[in-house]
Amino acid sequence: MSDTTTARTGWHDWLITNEPASRRQARLGQTYRQWLAFRRNPAAMIGLAIVLLLLLVAAFAPLIAPHDPIAQALDQRLLPPSATYWFGTDSLGRDIFSRVVYGTRVTLVIVLLVVVTVGPIGLLIGCAAGYLGGWVDVVLMRITDVFLAFPRLVLALAFVAALGPGLENAVIAIAFTAWPPYARVARAETLVIRNADYIAAVRLQGASQWRIVWKHVVPMCMPSLIVRSTLDMAGIILTAAGLGFLGLGAQPPIPEWGAMISAGREQIFDQWWVATFPGIAICVVALGFNLLGDGLRDVMDAR
Amino acid sequence: MSDQPLLEVDNLRVNFHTPTGIVRAVRGLSFALGRERLGIVGESGSGKSMTGRAILDLIPHPGEVLADGMRYRGQDLLTMDKRARRKLRGRHISMVMQDPKFSLNPVQTVGQQIAEAYRVHHKASSREAKERSLAMLEAVQIREPARVYELYPHEVSGGMGQRVMIAMMLIAEPDVLIADEPTSALDVTVQLQILKIMDDLVTSRGMGLIFISHDLHLVQSFCDRVIVMYGGKAMETLPAAELADESARARRHPYTLGLLGCLPDLDHPKAELATLKRDPAWLA
Amino acid sequence: MSTNPAILVDKLNVSFADNHVVRDLSFSVASGESYGIVGESGSGKSTVLRVLAGLNRDWSGSIAIEGQAQPKHRDKAFHRNVQMVFQDPYGSLHPKKTVDDTLAEPLAIHGLGDAERRIGRAMSEVGLPTSFRFRFPHQLSGGQRQRVAIARALVLEPSILLLDEPTSALDVSIQAEVLNLLSALRKERRLTYILVSHDLAVVAHMCERLLVMQFGRGVEEMSAATLAARDPKTAYAQQLLTASEGFKRG
Repeated sequence: MSDTTTARTGWHDWLITNEPASRRQARLGQTYRQWLAFRRNPAAMIGLAIVLLLLLVAAFAPLIAPHDPIAQALDQRLLPPSATYWFGTDSLGRDIFSRVVYGTRVTLVIVLLVVVTVGPIGLLIGCAAGYLGGWVDVVLMRITDVFLAFPRLVLALAFVAALGPGLENAVIAIAFTAWPPYARVARAETLVIRNADYIAAVRLQGASQWRIVWKHVVPMCMPSLIVRSTLDMAGIILTAAGLGFLGLGAQPPIPEWGAMISAGREQIFDQWWVATFPGIAICVVALGFNLLGDGLRDVMDAR
Repeated sequence: MSDQPLLEVDNLRVNFHTPTGIVRAVRGLSFALGRERLGIVGESGSGKSMTGRAILDLIPHPGEVLADGMRYRGQDLLTMDKRARRKLRGRHISMVMQDPKFSLNPVQTVGQQIAEAYRVHHKASSREAKERSLAMLEAVQIREPARVYELYPHEVSGGMGQRVMIAMMLIAEPDVLIADEPTSALDVTVQLQILKIMDDLVTSRGMGLIFISHDLHLVQSFCDRVIVMYGGKAMETLPAAELADESARARRHPYTLGLLGCLPDLDHPKAELATLKRDPAWLA
Repeated sequence: MSTNPAILVDKLNVSFADNHVVRDLSFSVASGESYGIVGESGSGKSTVLRVLAGLNRDWSGSIAIEGQAQPKHRDKAFHRNVQMVFQDPYGSLHPKKTVDDTLAEPLAIHGLGDAERRIGRAMSEVGLPTSFRFRFPHQLSGGQRQRVAIARALVLEPSILLLDEPTSALDVSIQAEVLNLLSALRKERRLTYILVSHDLAVVAHMCERLLVMQFGRGVEEMSAATLAARDPKTAYAQQLLTASEGFKRG
């Protein structure tokens, strides 16, 4: 097979080749192979489509939304869905469709901030505890246990109560409560990885412990953490919505989905649309991330 | 062999349909098994394990088994329904795998599992099943059967685990035993004890044994006949004794000779080992 | 060459918890020699290698490499000089690293420049075509992986290689290729080998002398010629030898 000298054409062949000519090509090829496997999973593709849609809507919100999401029109209060107001209006006469569209931005900001802070923290704590073992492991894992001992929303509530309501504080509170499972997962994986022969081989080359953890253990833990954080995003969105619902997250007039449901709860029987549409948005996005996470798990965790 | 063969396999093929095309693991293997020790040797990917699994209908999902004929004592295995096939498996045709740790249920004592295997195929009281099981453990040369009966799989050593597996497979008194690398995970001395047990069963009970292995020396010393497989095909079938027979060299297939030549040999030290040159024509 | 043996082990004892796996083991390996350790599972043969390599620190006794007594924590110079090849070619390569990454890592750790030339040399020495350089382990066969593992051990240009059943997971035809490669490398680079194996024929083929171990003790040390003449003195070595000849009826 190694004697095929004919020039290959096309991206597909260049990516799928068994003889990459550079590091970059090898990495891209690896990713491409995973993509090919991912593409075969219809549920995962639906998840990906939903997440991409979420990103697009957030990016082009001003173009998509027909009305200003925070402009009040008190003479247009609580109108049912119509041609002008697709999802109807709320008790202050704001267009619910526009608010749902702008709400994607709030949701994305929360999700990204939480994941960006939580992933690395969990990964480092977990890998360090797992690889170094001994008292480092004991101390880090007991701290993790303390955080794990409280229900997530309750702990987040306590943090927000201490920090004061607001979007940033909600993010901090969620991040504080979201990292322990990541550390647990990373540690469990590390315990297996550290006994592998390929780790022994790097130890034999005289690598420092930090180098081993950072360059050899962490890359092995990454896939499961990416999968976990994707699956977790649904939970994060729901927690954020929960805080918003309780009035402890985003403050009015920011169009946050949880807060919108909360505002609509008084009219739920008479003006059902006020709470229903943001609710559907939360469900769809949470489902999208879940499907995407499941698909990623099949592709990345396959050993 | 004058009587009807126990097992006849005619043009067996095992295909796996993968996204990148069809992988042909076994491509047209035919043989008949009598009351004998038949060895199947080959390297990894030769299709030797798939052959054993195909006979027992244990090929995992994307795989498909095709054959012109597959008969156990004249009964057609291919047209038999799943239930009848399952009944046959275990009762009449059994299999011992390489690693006993994966084949035993970790939360049941080994004794219970052997007794269970007996009661699946025979109407017997639990007391009778236990007695049979203890006798079987003794037959596979376990010194304190009563003690071992109460042990859990994790409490037994590799060699003992393999003996337990064999006891479990043999308590139903199958006519055909397929042993897939049954001793590869074991130390040489233990290996020979296990082989001795299987050997006695063939001689005393007239069982047919298919012994699948990568170890040429072992197959040569243990089996009556040998099928040498490569790339899913039988390169040749020969009496095991001829593997070592220098005077029979001219009749040997080049692949068989190649395999023998690669092995370091205590009696014929050489500076460099011969390497195997594979000829695409072998698979044509 | 100094008169010091490449490896000198004296009264080595290794225990895990209350499990005494190596007991009062002493042996020495001359520079450039190939020394075999054989035994069944649980004999402690692999543990000896891991202790020598510095992977296991629960030992007592003394270990000297080229005349230098070794502490439990080895320094970088030791790792440049002593490398190891593991049994399972599927487990000893990092699944997310290309051949290039794997071979570049030891050079980076030791701050050695000229990585291009060194990697190229190591690959050609173990007979890996350059087109394999950016492959991942899953794109390699078992024999090719083991060649990468050998190249990784050689890239630091050590003088001692510890081989832990390097071919027992391979098919016999691949085993022959890898054993030939190891023999050729030893001749070319004047390497000292310790080869741990359960296969007497492999040890006899590769080594000048060997040690038979049982239950953590050295049972008998003999030359490969003694083994080939089937003339070991102890009953256990004799038993191993008989068992390795295959099945006997009757």
